[in-house]
Amino acid sequence: MKIRAQIGMVLNLDKCIGCHTCSVTCKNVWTSRDGVEYAWFNNVESKPGIGYPKDWENQEKWQGGWERKPNGKLVPKQGGKMRILANIFANPNLPAIDDYYEPFTFDYEHLQNAPEMQTPPTARPVSVLTGKKMDKIEWGPNWEDDLGGEFSKRSKDALFEGIQKEMYSAFENTFLMYLPRLCEHCLNPACVASCPSGSIYKREDDGIVLIDQDKCRGWRMCVSGCPYKKIYYNWTSGKAEKCIFCYPRIEAGQPTVCSETCVGRIRYLGVLLYDADRIEAAASVEDPKSLYEAQLGVFLDPNSPEIQAEARKQGIPEAWISAAQNSPVYKMAMEWKVAFPLHPEYRTLPMVWYIPPLSPIQSALENGLIGENGIIPDVKDLRIPIRYLANLLTAGKEEPVVSALETMVAMRRYMRKKSVEKISDPASLRGTHLKPAQVEEMYQVMAIANYEDRFVIPSSHKEMVENTFEDKASCGFTFGNGCSSGTSDASLFGKKKATPIVFHDMRRDRKANAGS
Amino acid sequence: MDYLHQFVFGIYPYIALSIFLLGSLMRFEREQYSWKSESSQLVYRGNLRLGSILFHVGVLGLFFGHLVGLLTPLSVWEALGVTHSFKQVFAMSAGGIMGSLALVGLLILLHRRLSNQRLAANTTWRDKLVLLWLLATLLLGLCTIAVSAQHLDGHEMVLLMTWAQHIVTLRGDAAQFIVAASPIFKLHLFMGMSVFVIFPFTRLVHVWSGFGAVTYLGRAWQLVRPRG
Repeated sequence: MKIRAQIGMVLNLDKCIGCHTCSVTCKNVWTSRDGVEYAWFNNVESKPGIGYPKDWENQEKWQGGWERKPNGKLVPKQGGKMRILANIFANPNLPAIDDYYEPFTFDYEHLQNAPEMQTPPTARPVSVLTGKKMDKIEWGPNWEDDLGGEFSKRSKDALFEGIQKEMYSAFENTFLMYLPRLCEHCLNPACVASCPSGSIYKREDDGIVLIDQDKCRGWRMCVSGCPYKKIYYNWTSGKAEKCIFCYPRIEAGQPTVCSETCVGRIRYLGVLLYDADRIEAAASVEDPKSLYEAQLGVFLDPNSPEIQAEARKQGIPEAWISAAQNSPVYKMAMEWKVAFPLHPEYRTLPMVWYIPPLSPIQSALENGLIGENGIIPDVKDLRIPIRYLANLLTAGKEEPVVSALETMVAMRRYMRKKSVEKISDPASLRGTHLKPAQVEEMYQVMAIANYEDRFVIPSSHKEMVENTFEDKASCGFTFGNGCSSGTSDASLFGKKKATPIVFHDMRRDRKANAGS
Repeated sequence: MDYLHQFVFGIYPYIALSIFLLGSLMRFEREQYSWKSESSQLVYRGNLRLGSILFHVGVLGLFFGHLVGLLTPLSVWEALGVTHSFKQVFAMSAGGIMGSLALVGLLILLHRRLSNQRLAANTTWRDKLVLLWLLATLLLGLCTIAVSAQHLDGHEMVLLMTWAQHIVTLRGDAAQFIVAASPIFKLHLFMGMSVFVIFPFTRLVHVWSGFGAVTYLGRAWQLVRPRG
């Protein structure tokens, strides 16, 4: 048994209001730079919809994730090592920037400089790629926001697999849910496996998957290898970039920016202990529908004294072991079984999990389909087809999703009775695996969602591996080359490439202003 | 033998090789963040797949052809029973095929890079220098086939091989062997050696990494870095 720890994340979709605060704060912190204007380490999609980049879930098209060969071995869907090397000159599965969107800004200056005219001046869109005015913005990172666009286009959504989707085009049957997405920091990452330079790696201590910016050579196999399309090619630096799980914050015991700023309090961060020796077997089970359960089998029970002793022996810090016992992620995924991995069928064993939404109940009420247990409806009356959620979270297996939704409904019934009628009624938990005490804790963590219940993050104890005194006066976070970036614009080996106008000019302005 | 000839074919090769090796080392050591293939595929695909594959296959063929053809000692060829004349004709045809592949690919890549607005906006003078330099070298190389076709006895080829082998074995007398070589050959040699001079300062450094990527074949799928 090889015990490793990872900071996992759970997103409670039941509470996501689709405000994009996570995306915006993430962008402001990490991708407001040249070459990654089009990249959103975190984005929020409206479902049903084809998403960002277009059709990312269609792996027949993009060839992301893993494929199980008849001999039981896993190989990246885009091909084995020989195939990947052979495609190094031109990657046949690489999305074009238009599959994300052409990055743009607006000609704001014109609003101030325009001569006197009959009509008010407008700020026309300007392409960041060419620096020229664009006729029309064709697509954006949330083009389908709140079900924008026609159903016929949005219904290309791969999650409609196995569903008679036509009926959901009728206004009365429409459903909507939000899906915030970031890098999954997988246990079996396909990006790492696809990188010919070996520049992508998983950190042993907290499981964060990072790209070594110095070692990346821009072969861009990771972009196509990742089934979630969460690696982005920086088209000015020529390097791949991805969500870094805000590791500087995580190391200090703070939540990621997206989690910290979530106004709906939907995000949870906590430690999971897992057995690294079980990863390969779990990712290679034959039936995709068993992958969810197989991944549960990789996690270790932090409350078991034997596991704790073994973890200590293998050098997991004490703070991490106790954090694992209080981990909201472990509770939701393993104890209450309300959180699920995103697309387990990609066989990457993702570590950002989702609680399925209990969709609005209005239509069920209007149709007189109120549930047998009073005001709160039954799961079968909910708006979002169970199969749709199952296609997202359990490779199409409906039972675990139904059971999770029933657990959540039972929690509501129990707590409603308790707070309105002042009765603790264990009978309302019939049919679930929960005990009253568990439900009260679930209510505390999922409904009240206090900060300290959502984020249980032990700091990284760097003092155990390095002498921090020697780091005094060293450079902070830079883009390679030690501290040299920032001191000079260019070297013998070239200048940093910049976008044609916009951000480049801004930088030039800043410099000019600093000099004056 | 005038001084210019002695300089270009006796001394310049060492300057070029030094810049190539030390420049690469320095860039790898000090500016590794700038070390990359600088792919433009994301921004505009166009005919990249056709052009890039043709070009790379051709140019890799040319590289290994030159390497083996120029640097394998004559005694080895003789032991193998390969006549000079046969070797020359083989080199001309293999070089012609690979050169044509590379040329077509290069022209496609050049057209793609210069005709698309997005690429034009993001192309540096270094990118253009590499493409145009390689184009000139390649065209000169293809012209040497016509020169060689006028004497198929392998005599000039042997002189060129001797020159190259004397250069890499650090014998000072290399330049004298190609005094009488055709000016086309001489120009091609100069341009070819100069590719090594511009190499560390352009995207050409990705060639090192391309060869390095072969280690990927023997690597484990997953990489986990311990702390510290």
